[in-house]
Amino acid sequence: MALTFDSARMHNPYITSEHEAWRTQIRRFIDAEIMPYAESWDENGNIPSDLWIKAAGVGLLGFGFPEKYGGTLEGIDVWHSWIINEELARIGVGGVSASLMVHGIGLPPVINWGSSEMKQRVAPAVLAGEKHISLGITEPGGGSDVASLSTTAIREGDVYIVNGSKTYITGGMRANWVSTAVRTGGEGAGGVSMLLIPTDAKGFTRTELDRKQGWWASDTATLYFDNVRVPVDQLIGEENKGFRVIMANFNDERMSMSAAMEALGRVCLEEAVEWAQQRKTFGKRLADHQVIRHKIAQMKQRLNATQAYIRLCYEAIQSNAPNPGDIALLKVQSSETMEYCAREAMQILGGAGYMRGGRVERIYREVRVNAIGGGSEEIMRDLASRQYQL
Amino acid sequence: MKVLVAVKRVVDYNVKVRPKSDGSDVDINNVKMSINPFCEIAVEEAIRLKEAGVAEEIIAVSIGGAQVQEQIRTALALGADRGIHVQTEDSLEPLEIARLLKSILDKEEPTLVITGKQSIDGDNNQTGQMLAALAGIPQGTFASEITIEGDHISVIREVDGGLQTVKLSLPAVVTTDLRLNEPRYASLPNIMKAKKKPLDVFTPEELGVELSNHIDLVEVEPPPDRQAGIKVDDVDALVDKLKNEAKVI
Ligand SMILES: Cc1cc2nc3c(=O)[nH]c(=O)nc-3n(C[C@H](O)[C@H](O)[C@H](O)COP(=O)(O)OP(=O)(O)OC[C@H]3O[C@@H](n4cnc5c(N)ncnc54)[C@H](O)[C@@H]3O)c2cc1C
Repeated sequence: MALTFDSARMHNPYITSEHEAWRTQIRRFIDAEIMPYAESWDENGNIPSDLWIKAAGVGLLGFGFPEKYGGTLEGIDVWHSWIINEELARIGVGGVSASLMVHGIGLPPVINWGSSEMKQRVAPAVLAGEKHISLGITEPGGGSDVASLSTTAIREGDVYIVNGSKTYITGGMRANWVSTAVRTGGEGAGGVSMLLIPTDAKGFTRTELDRKQGWWASDTATLYFDNVRVPVDQLIGEENKGFRVIMANFNDERMSMSAAMEALGRVCLEEAVEWAQQRKTFGKRLADHQVIRHKIAQMKQRLNATQAYIRLCYEAIQSNAPNPGDIALLKVQSSETMEYCAREAMQILGGAGYMRGGRVERIYREVRVNAIGGGSEEIMRDLASRQYQL
Repeated sequence: MKVLVAVKRVVDYNVKVRPKSDGSDVDINNVKMSINPFCEIAVEEAIRLKEAGVAEEIIAVSIGGAQVQEQIRTALALGADRGIHVQTEDSLEPLEIARLLKSILDKEEPTLVITGKQSIDGDNNQTGQMLAALAGIPQGTFASEITIEGDHISVIREVDGGLQTVKLSLPAVVTTDLRLNEPRYASLPNIMKAKKKPLDVFTPEELGVELSNHIDLVEVEPPPDRQAGIKVDDVDALVDKLKNEAKVI
C-alpha cells in the first residue's frame, strides 16, 4: 500500500457510498476549478470573484445552510462536513479556502440568531456567491480576551452609533457585511452584542493587511468604525447576549479547522513519502534510511491519533452531545500534528522544500495562523482546564 | 421525447489495475469504482437535450449487482429523472447486456438511446451496436456531435481520418465518443435530491431474458515490463542509432 493522502486516511465505518459520491464530485470541482490556479492566486494575493459563483453552483457555499436560503441542509451530517474540510485542505493553499469559506464563520450568527428579514436579505446573496460576509471579533487591543472588547455601539433612538476597530478580519476587504462584536453594555461578557454592519455605511473604512506569513490569497483587513450609524434592528440576537452567539460559533469553526489541519498534515506526509521514494543519498533512496522511515511512521502515528480524535468529536456532535473542552483540545492536537508533519516533511524534502511553489513549504508557513486563529493553543488548553474544576 | 442512457460501473480511470495472482481476472478488490467515462458523457448529452427542451425524461439504466445503484444515483444526481437497475450477479458479456437493454427498450419505448462507445474495463465496443441490431433501429456510433431534427437525428461520427455525418430516423441508438461534451459535476443539493428519485429494480427473469454465456475469460496477464533504455555517448551515436537501428530518420 502506497502512503498517499487517501490511503493515509483510516477507515471510517460511517462513510457511505453517498458520502464518497460527494467526495468524488467535490474533488472533481476542486481539481478542475481550483487546484491548477491556487498557487498563482496565492502568489498574487487575490482570488477571482467568479470562484464564489462557481463554488455556489456546486453546492459548496450553501453546504450546511437551510434550503430556503439556497443552501443544502437536509440529509447533511458531520461526515459530509469532515469530507468538505478535508478536500478543501488538500488544495494545500490555506488562503483560498479561508477566504472562499469565510461565510462559514460570518453567516451562522445571522442564520441562527438574526431576524427573518435579515436572513432573507443576507443569506441568499451570500450563498449564491454574489455578496460576502465576514466575522469581526478581534480588535487591535486583543483577540483572545473576547469579553474585554472595546468597540462600542451606543444606542440613540433607533440606531446604534458604532466606534472602534477590528483587525485581522478574513475577507474584510471583500465583505459587504460584517457580523461584528460590539460593546452595548457594561464591562465583561455581559455587555457584548453582535451587530450586522454593512460595509457601505457612512463612517466605515478599511485597510488591507497584505503582508502576512501565509494565507496570501486570502484578504485580511483592519476595519474602522467612525460614528457608523446602524439601525437597531440589525442586532443579531438580543442586546448584551452576544457572547453566547460568539461562543456557539466557535465549536463549528474549531471542528472545521481541526479537520483541515489533520488533512494538511496528510498532504505533508504524501509529499514527503513521494520525495523519499525518489531521492537518493549515500547510495540508496531516502525511504531506505531508517531515520527517514521513522519520521514517516511518526507522522502517520500522529495523524492516526488525530483522525481518531476527530471522529470521536464528530460522533459526539452527531449525537447532540458536543463537549467544548474536548473540541478545544482537539484543535490543539490538530495544530500540533500539522506543525509536526510540516516540520518533518520540510526536513525530508531538504533544500527543495525550502523553495517556494510546493504545498509543504506553504503549509509550513500556514501552521501558525491555524495554531493562533479560532482560539490559540494556550486559550484552548485554558478553556478545557476550566471544565475540570482543578 | 424520452431518452434512455446506459451507465456502467467500472474501475475508476485513475486506478492502476492488477491481475489477480492466479491470472483469472483483474483484481477489483477494494478499488475505487465509478461511472464509465463514456457513459458519463452519455448522461451529460441527455441532460443537455433536456435543458434545450428537446428531451422530457431521462432514464438511467445499469445492470449488475446491488452496488451499481451507486452509479445510477450519480446519474440521477447529474440530472437523470429516474433509474432502472437490472439486478444480476453474473458477469455479463456485451450480447447479454444488449439483450437486457433491449427488454428495457420494449418496456419504455424511448425515442433515443445513448450509450458509451465502450466501457473502459472490457473495451469491447459492441453493446450499443448489438442493441441497435436487436431492436432493429439505426445506430450512430462514436458521436462527437448530435442534433435532433424533428423525427431524425443527425450524428457527426469520429471515423478514421475525419468526421462523418449521418442522419438517422428516430428511434435510434447513439454511442458517445470523448469529444461529444465535457460532463459536469453533480452539485451537493442534487446529490441529496437524487436519493428521492425513483429507482426500479428488475431481475433478468422479470424482464423475460434468459442469460447465456458465449465467451470464456481464459487468462489475464499484465503487459510486459518496459525494457530499460540506454545512454548513448554522444550526439553522433544517437544520430547513428536513429538512422540505422530505429530507422526513423
Ligand atoms: C490570518 C488571520 C486571520 C484571522 N481572521 C479573523 C477573522 O476573520 N475574524 C476575527 O475576529 N479574528 C480573526 N483573526 C484573529 C485571531 O482570532 C486572533 O489573532 C486570535 O484570537 C489571537 O488574538 P490576538 O492575536 O489578539 O493575540 P492575543 O490575544 O494578544 O494573544 C497573544 C498570545 O498570548 C497568548 N495568551 C493570551 N491570553 C493568554 C492567557 N490568559 N494565558 C496564556 N496565554 C495567553 C495567546 O495564546 C497568544 O499566543 C485572524 C488572525 C489571523 C492571523
